[in-house]
Amino acid sequence: MGDGGTPHGALKPRLELRGITKAFPGVLANDKIDLKILPGEIHALLGENGAGKSTLVKIIYGVLEADEGDLLWNGVPLRIASPHAARKLGIGMIFQHFSLFEAMTVTENIALGLPGRQNMAELARRIVEVSNNYGLPLEPHRHVHTLSVGEKQRIEIVRCLLQNPKLLIMDEPTSVLTPQEADKMFETLRRLADEGVSILYISHKLDEIKALCHKATILRGGKYITECDPTQETSKSLAEMMIGTNLVAPEHVENATRGEVRLKIRDLSMETSDQFGVNLSQINLDVRAGEVMGIAGVAGNGQVEFLEALSGEVLSQDPANIQLDGKPIGKLGPVERRNLRLAFVPEDRLGHGSVPEMDLVDNAFLSAYSQKKLLKAGFIDRSTTTAFAEEIVQKFDVRTAGVSHTAGSLSGGNLQKFIVGREMLQDPRLIIIAHPTWGVDAGAAAAIHQAIIDLAENGAAVLVVSQDLDELFAISDQIAVIAEGRLSVNRNIREITIEEIGLLMGGTHGAGERKEVSSVA
Amino acid sequence: MLLKIEKRPEPSRKMVYVTPVLALLLTVVTSMALFEFLGVNPVEALRNFFIVPINNKYGATELLVKATPLILCAIGLSVGFRANVWNIGAEGQLTFGAIVGGGVFVYFHDVDSVFLLPIMIAMGALGGAIWGGIPAFLKTRFNANEILTSLMLVYVALLLLSFLVHGPWRDPDGFNFPESRVFSDSATMPVLLEGTRLHFGTILALLAVFGTWIMLAKTLVGFQVKVIGAAPKAGAYAGFSQKKIIWFSLLFGGALAGIAGVSEVAGPVGQLLPSISPGYGFTAIIVAFLGRLHPAGIIFAGLLMALTYLGGETAQINLGLPVAVTGVFQGMVLFYLLACDVLVNYRFRFNKIGKVTS
Repeated sequence: MGDGGTPHGALKPRLELRGITKAFPGVLANDKIDLKILPGEIHALLGENGAGKSTLVKIIYGVLEADEGDLLWNGVPLRIASPHAARKLGIGMIFQHFSLFEAMTVTENIALGLPGRQNMAELARRIVEVSNNYGLPLEPHRHVHTLSVGEKQRIEIVRCLLQNPKLLIMDEPTSVLTPQEADKMFETLRRLADEGVSILYISHKLDEIKALCHKATILRGGKYITECDPTQETSKSLAEMMIGTNLVAPEHVENATRGEVRLKIRDLSMETSDQFGVNLSQINLDVRAGEVMGIAGVAGNGQVEFLEALSGEVLSQDPANIQLDGKPIGKLGPVERRNLRLAFVPEDRLGHGSVPEMDLVDNAFLSAYSQKKLLKAGFIDRSTTTAFAEEIVQKFDVRTAGVSHTAGSLSGGNLQKFIVGREMLQDPRLIIIAHPTWGVDAGAAAAIHQAIIDLAENGAAVLVVSQDLDELFAISDQIAVIAEGRLSVNRNIREITIEEIGLLMGGTHGAGERKEVSSVA
Repeated sequence: MLLKIEKRPEPSRKMVYVTPVLALLLTVVTSMALFEFLGVNPVEALRNFFIVPINNKYGATELLVKATPLILCAIGLSVGFRANVWNIGAEGQLTFGAIVGGGVFVYFHDVDSVFLLPIMIAMGALGGAIWGGIPAFLKTRFNANEILTSLMLVYVALLLLSFLVHGPWRDPDGFNFPESRVFSDSATMPVLLEGTRLHFGTILALLAVFGTWIMLAKTLVGFQVKVIGAAPKAGAYAGFSQKKIIWFSLLFGGALAGIAGVSEVAGPVGQLLPSISPGYGFTAIIVAFLGRLHPAGIIFAGLLMALTYLGGETAQINLGLPVAVTGVFQGMVLFYLLACDVLVNYRFRFNKIGKVTS
């Protein structure tokens, strides 16, 4: 699109990398990488997980030091020794993994990232101002541990914007925003670019890159592949450059006959245990066998509470609030629900879906021991569990040096494939998946999407909670929107537009839609 | 040049084993400096501390006698520590176990039966479990911090024991000394090696080590302990109850400490006295961490800490050093261990001063 106008070639690049090389024991993470970002340019950095994007970005931000190669800032070669030095130059970074103190408030966290002492009241005011300006509402006095993933990311973004950066590095910033919010942020980014700020934009959403970025540098396997103008490419051609092979879109066969109702949710209301959480109010939903039900919504609108209620980590008031195959399960715990063949992939891969310090065998045992009968006479059957872990690794193409490695050592995409695989191989009748491909590279995302669709075609009911509308449109049969703890009526994916969903996400139709649901039910 | 601390990508497995050794070396170096300061030849002091106490058969068995309660308590504590349950009241659980187990003898002192000792051991375990169960109840019901409650209960148990031996349980033929009757043969731990004090309690400690090892490595409850400790949310996801694990680890740790208490009063001590333990329950915390919360490591750490008790006595007798040297030594080991443990997750790197240079 490039409506900001491509910056003039005559300008001196704000940042230039020449032949950056960085080796870690056993891997060459960056192999002679070149990159050139002009002032006012929005530059995409594209590549799968493991392509070397994070390493390169860490070198720019002073977290890592390159083994070889030159870094030029406004034409001057220099060494950026630390993030502090990077910030002094005017480089701001929004990490994909948040660096926040959970026990502190939003303001305190932001103050920690800023140089010098801060007047907290003044800072809180500025936070509100900046966050409202950029469509990223934040309450300065809330504690971080009470915030959703999306809200935590907003803190990181606002923290950077407060420092008036000259180069802003953003690692998948829109994955938690509604389309409208993302559009609003694009406007912000374009405005920043017009003001002369350079933006290095990492994302796996190719449409977004096409709409926003002036230039794109593509990495694959640690190597520089090419620089191109994303507005002149198709999403498919970009993706193919990125993964180096021809990409197959998930095949989605329309299910002519939908099966019987597997999951029935009736008048589910939950008080949240978190003082800043969202109460669930009168949720009704049917999910049928063979169907993928997508739940869209902006983070922090009750998804956490909804998922806890479904997994059994929090029990509902009335057993009949949640029914599986007609059996009331609202008062059953996670293990009992698993025994009725309900599988669950939580939002947080590390520390919720897996134990980072434990190896993959133990992590396979974690949720599968009952279904897969991995206990023999009260003892853990290590060899059967190992075989199961290896089956997951093999069937779901988890790239790891072996099942004796810790879950924490896997990349995000591979760990997600492992967790999805562990749940799917338990042959579930109903599977609930939260944010299946958040922060996962294109290759792994495609594999996970295909697995979800295949599972539904084999007769399982699937419920996917996601903030990524492209994803929901790619895999869902039905879609409903959660906003402020209320769930809209579900609609056929072919009969609803992105704009309509966006409006529902904003909560405009919440109350009206809910009544409609009740009458349908 | 600037020393920089940098997080390791994965915790170093090597460092897990290196840091206890490093901590010991640092402790030895520091204590040598301390001995020098006290005017004692450091080499001679170390010889008296570490070698003299165990260079004969009796000394070697004494090491096992002292290590027995340490290992029993530390094994129990390690299960709690793995589950992030910070029971630091093993001393109280040991004491209450000794009260309940020893109380059996006080009331049945004229019974001569092979069942007397097993019943005392069982009651000791029960007593310890009760004393561990109180913090568990307070934690699960009122969310009271178990560090505080378990610690405070130590002093309750010590005062209760003192009251009992000064009053109702005082030996009627004991010339008013604050002590119970001397335990009869059928209420005493069998001696394993003639001419020494090595007793059946050591076997119980080894059984506890072995059983806990199996439990942690092979059973569902052991798995739950590890998961709840490492990632509580993953535990909830798997359907493990955090409350159950809090109860389990406090009851388990309490029971083992209680057994340690009985094995002391029915072993080397031989009766109930106002003071039956030189702080085994507290030293066991050091043993558990020095042993990396692993059953095998705890055996080694237990022996080492037992040696500091013996070494302190020898150093007092031969060199006139204050017996408090033992406590100083134990404290230093824990201090250095905690400091060195930074190396497990972090590494040091030398770096140029963190400024932009062109």
